[in-house]
Amino acid sequence: MFENTRPRRDVAIIGTGCTKFGELWDKSLRDLVVEAGVKAVEDAGIYGKELQLIVGGNMSGGLFIGQEHTGALFADYLGLNNIPAIRAEAACASSSVALRIGYLAVASGLYDYVAVGGAEKMTDVYGTHATTALASAMDQESEAYCGSTFPGVYALMAKRHMYQYGTTRHQMAMVAVKNHENALHNPIAHFQRKISIEDVISSILVADPLRLLDCSPISDGAAAVILAPAELAKKHTDSPVYIKASAQASDSLALSARRDICTLDATLHAAKHAYQQAKLTPKEIQFAEVHDCFTINELIAYEDLGLCKKGEGGKLMESGQTMLGGKMPINTSGGLKGKGHPVGATGVAQIIELVYQLTGKAGKRQVAGASTGLAHNVGGSGATVAIHILSNKL
Amino acid sequence: MQEYAVPFHWRKFKERYNLIGSKCVHCGKYYYPKRSICPSCRRGGKMEDAKLSGKGKIFTYTVIRVPPSGFKIYSPYVVAIIELDEGCKLVSQVVDVDLDKVEIGMPVKTCFRKIREDDSSGLILYGFKFKPDYGEKSIPSTSN
Repeated sequence: MFENTRPRRDVAIIGTGCTKFGELWDKSLRDLVVEAGVKAVEDAGIYGKELQLIVGGNMSGGLFIGQEHTGALFADYLGLNNIPAIRAEAACASSSVALRIGYLAVASGLYDYVAVGGAEKMTDVYGTHATTALASAMDQESEAYCGSTFPGVYALMAKRHMYQYGTTRHQMAMVAVKNHENALHNPIAHFQRKISIEDVISSILVADPLRLLDCSPISDGAAAVILAPAELAKKHTDSPVYIKASAQASDSLALSARRDICTLDATLHAAKHAYQQAKLTPKEIQFAEVHDCFTINELIAYEDLGLCKKGEGGKLMESGQTMLGGKMPINTSGGLKGKGHPVGATGVAQIIELVYQLTGKAGKRQVAGASTGLAHNVGGSGATVAIHILSNKL
Repeated sequence: MQEYAVPFHWRKFKERYNLIGSKCVHCGKYYYPKRSICPSCRRGGKMEDAKLSGKGKIFTYTVIRVPPSGFKIYSPYVVAIIELDEGCKLVSQVVDVDLDKVEIGMPVKTCFRKIREDDSSGLILYGFKFKPDYGEKSIPSTSN
């Protein structure tokens, strides 16, 4: 079914805008959306009135701030009434799905200028409430019912991965250390703090074997990009970035119902589709942003994206190839672990990191000669996976 | 887990009290919780209710140390994916076991327990959890 999808025309990203990620107590959800949105429009060098559609990712305005109907809210506060506005929701993959909807709208020829983005305000409720909100991405009738938590579900994967493949505590800790190190070079990152292996393995246990520093933080933030057809992109920017692939796949919400506990089948399917669209093999991906909501998931992502064999994610981490300066740097932005994880904003924030890299604007974390990058965004424990491949060449 | 009105839980009582899942008569696969469409056979399959044995092995597990609301008094507690003898997997708590004795492959069987603290409306939830299955010998429970 995947093979038959073909865009009518190519789609480019012509502008980006992102807020700082972190505990932003002085900013509301709508403040964040306006800040990211206005930056993206200014960066694209267009007028708001040229925009024809807004697609905004937001995981749970309802549980985090009691506000649903956030699509129209975003349009309203951006001063973009009365164009259509859609909220996309796929848990932590919400804004990648928003990007994909925007991509489909432009690729189909129906719209020319589309603003896509995502935002989450997670620190307006107390920690327990935020945990409950995040847990709503799990299967309520089985996983939440028996008292599992979101870290708990990833811990089940980690425990089995360690048992089945010999993945070590140390290898998982290396992911957190690497991503914190990368975040030091990213001014928008939630954390600007170097951590050691010792810090990770001595942090408190959340759900065995995962410890506090295996987990991405609860962050506020928003990110937005402006899409346009490739043929109009050069009118607005000298350095457009093209969407070479946009793929998405689904799986069961409950981990227990999956074919394999240690594999995200949705990643396998979305990756296959994405590589086909971009006419690339995994080896040709120079760098990537992958969904490291918990350290184990970065290792699983290496495997499921085809960057190494199944079960060898930990070894790939140890090889140093995924570190900045390595053969295939992963999560140069700091990832969800270091940059922060405002769930509804994360997917588009990953895309913005790719754009920075592909336009040579990544500063101290720049990947030399970057021309093709991949973004991998997971909703829940893998019930939704969205993958985009971007390039600075058409 | 958030709090729900009674029907959310009430309509599940029968299957939760008796561990009733689904079996596809076409492909023979078992599922828990119940499904009305077999994901393998879709309209080519036919689901019927199936009482599950309640016996199986721990496939993977974790110890929840930062519990969600409603589960604080049980913390720390074991949540595991159990592979039942019928071949399907489900997620449940494992009780009556020392935390450091739990391991992948451990035989377990169901037991009927209170699931969570009473919520603010006074609703008490019962259902199954799992405990170690020592076979013929019966060993007195120690915790939870």
